Amino acid sequence: MLCLLFFLVTAVRAELCQPDAENAFKVRLSIRTALGDKAYAWDTNEEYLFKAMVAFSMRKVPNRETTEISHVLLCNVTQRVSFWFVVTDPSKNHTLPAVEIQSAIRMNRNRINNAFFLNDQTLEFLKIPSTLAPPTDPSMPIWIIIFSVIFCIVIVAVMLLILSGIRQRRRKSKGPSEVDDTEDKCENMITIENGIPCDPLDTKGGHINDAFMTEDERLTPL
Amino acid sequence: MLIVEGMPLLYLELAVGQRMRQGSIGAWKTISPYLGGVGLASVVVSFFLSMYYNIINAWAFWYLFHSFQDPLPWSVCPLNDNHTGYDEECEKASSTQYFWYRKTLNISPSIQDSGRVQWEPALCLVLAWLVVYLCVLRGTQSTGKVVYFTALLPYCVLIIYLVRGLTLHGATNGLAYMFTPKLEQLANPKAWINAATQIFFSLGLGFGSLIAFASYNEPSNNCQKHAIIVSLINSSTSIFASIVTFSIYGFKATFNYESCLNKVILLLTNSFDLEDGFLTTSNLEQVKGYLASTFPGKYSEVLPQMRNCSLQAELATAVQGTGLSFIVYTEAIKNMEVSQLWSVLYFFMLLMLGIGSMLGNTAAILTPLTDSKVVSSHLPKEAISGLVCLVNCVIGLVFTMESGNYWFDIFNDYAATLSLLLIVLVETIAVCYVYGLRRFESDLEAMTGRGLNWYWKAMWAGVSPLLIVSLFVFYLSDYILTGTLQYQAWDAFQGQLVTKDYPPYALAVIGLLVASSIMCIPLVALGTFITRCLKRGDTPPTA
Repeated sequence: MLCLLFFLVTAVRAELCQPDAENAFKVRLSIRTALGDKAYAWDTNEEYLFKAMVAFSMRKVPNRETTEISHVLLCNVTQRVSFWFVVTDPSKNHTLPAVEIQSAIRMNRNRINNAFFLNDQTLEFLKIPSTLAPPTDPSMPIWIIIFSVIFCIVIVAVMLLILSGIRQRRRKSKGPSEVDDTEDKCENMITIENGIPCDPLDTKGGHINDAFMTEDERLTPL
Repeated sequence: MLIVEGMPLLYLELAVGQRMRQGSIGAWKTISPYLGGVGLASVVVSFFLSMYYNIINAWAFWYLFHSFQDPLPWSVCPLNDNHTGYDEECEKASSTQYFWYRKTLNISPSIQDSGRVQWEPALCLVLAWLVVYLCVLRGTQSTGKVVYFTALLPYCVLIIYLVRGLTLHGATNGLAYMFTPKLEQLANPKAWINAATQIFFSLGLGFGSLIAFASYNEPSNNCQKHAIIVSLINSSTSIFASIVTFSIYGFKATFNYESCLNKVILLLTNSFDLEDGFLTTSNLEQVKGYLASTFPGKYSEVLPQMRNCSLQAELATAVQGTGLSFIVYTEAIKNMEVSQLWSVLYFFMLLMLGIGSMLGNTAAILTPLTDSKVVSSHLPKEAISGLVCLVNCVIGLVFTMESGNYWFDIFNDYAATLSLLLIVLVETIAVCYVYGLRRFESDLEAMTGRGLNWYWKAMWAGVSPLLIVSLFVFYLSDYILTGTLQYQAWDAFQGQLVTKDYPPYALAVIGLLVASSIMCIPLVALGTFITRCLKRGDTPPTA
């Protein structure tokens, strides 16, 4: 009689945790990807730790403070490492609703990840989306600061150059205008060939050489 | 292409500028009064170029300012509204493409939806024009000093990048791809056309900037030596830069290939509950075969989700132009260590190159203006440069609108190509046949003191004009055969580029761009002819 009852209890418990059962979640770990050489083997002790973390998360939910480690059931552990788990109520007859488990795990995801040295990508709870960290937005975008600095420098440089140009011109118009503007094309350059200075071919001192004039001006007008 | 086309034409332009000692308009007017239009056409093309080119500098500034953040803003996708996943558009495309199309350009789905002017790129554009104004303010004297900096710094950065690029994992794949000649591509005439066009633009022929700069040279300057040296340095720099580019390309392709393989491994491991770490890249094919035979049903379910990863396919995704600089390079940079440093270096180099080009263009516009007595007597030099920069900046704000990138592509593809070919053709014919090759030769001998090699004469008189005519014919026939023109638009829902047709008013703008520069030549010739006839009609009665 007792054997039958025991058998019944284990059968019921086995039914509660099954792949795709109601309120069951699949967990997938990628320990070797995360830790490489320092990877630990997944054994029953690690499973015990996992059950403890889940029970801890459920205890934080109001009305569920009495969740024990024995209420968490694991099944179908594969080599991957992946398995399914459910959390039962104290009577061990029904499983707790998925919504509660989901919110509990989401709140404590960081603690659970750290217990196993994993992160959101290597310890996956399928069907429980992880909350991504929002990007840190500084109060003033950094690029505006750098932009304003460079902008001010350029404006100051432009002002300086314009002012010095105006001052130079005022000085030139006051004094005798003998100063050569260095950037004007050197029309006064004389090329020397065989010791004899040659005039530049068509321009001399700004006047245009008649030999290169256009046709109708070659003949002097009557 | 370099030897047959680039060097002779470069020498020609430098010689003309040095001989005539005026900007492009005055120089061609001196050669023949009917040809003043050539110079004017060059100025118009330079004007169009300076309108649209500076937006590239604005984008480079934008990326440069954003490189001072950790992590780089184009390396992570922003989150969606309820923080459970990433933004949808960013998931479908990649984070670098998302940053370029959404954050930088805020691009609209087609050229018809103009949208508003985006204030952030507009600010960067204003800054870019201020920097250009600062450099051309005092004329060629100040420009000459600035160019020492803007021309040498990119070489330093390229060397740093060469060392870094060659030590990256997977760089050798890119280099092997670059140096293996693809014979079927060499047989395609389109490759040769592109090579010829590339030589044109990289040397800057036909813009008038070469004539403008050469006019400041001393008459006895040996421009033949300079032409050869410049074109050789230009080509070797191109090869050097492409080594760097392809090593970084190889790194990016290898990285993408390996992450594709890892995704397939993860998919198989999860579906078949295999032991973590059992599947590696080396035994992947074997295990796939084993799984296909033992679990055929499940395998056929998983098969559609598995992508075929191929290194060659990754390498063959050739990109060029703005796509290369802002998408591909940033994707490679975000995977390097200390990515902020590399990013800052790279965009600083891009900025130097862009500003250097802008200085050449602006000089090509300003030199004829300052040469002409009409304008320079009324306004001082600073005011002329300021006015030119202001006008260009205001027009350039069009490219900061949401559809701005599409207009940019229009200008990029059509403003310069055909017009430049025609301008250079007319230039060569003018110097050789209108002015007279012998006359030009004796001028050069008298000026520089050395004769003209038979090679240059042959090139100028025969080969180069023929080559340009054939290029011209090819472009026209290509356009006529393909019919209507199309462009690539960004589809935010699919997260990729789609091809669309240009609306009629865009086609009209394209036609206007090409026509306005080309028409200058016959119009000015006609105008000079008419004024001459009128003058000749006036003079006899005074006898």
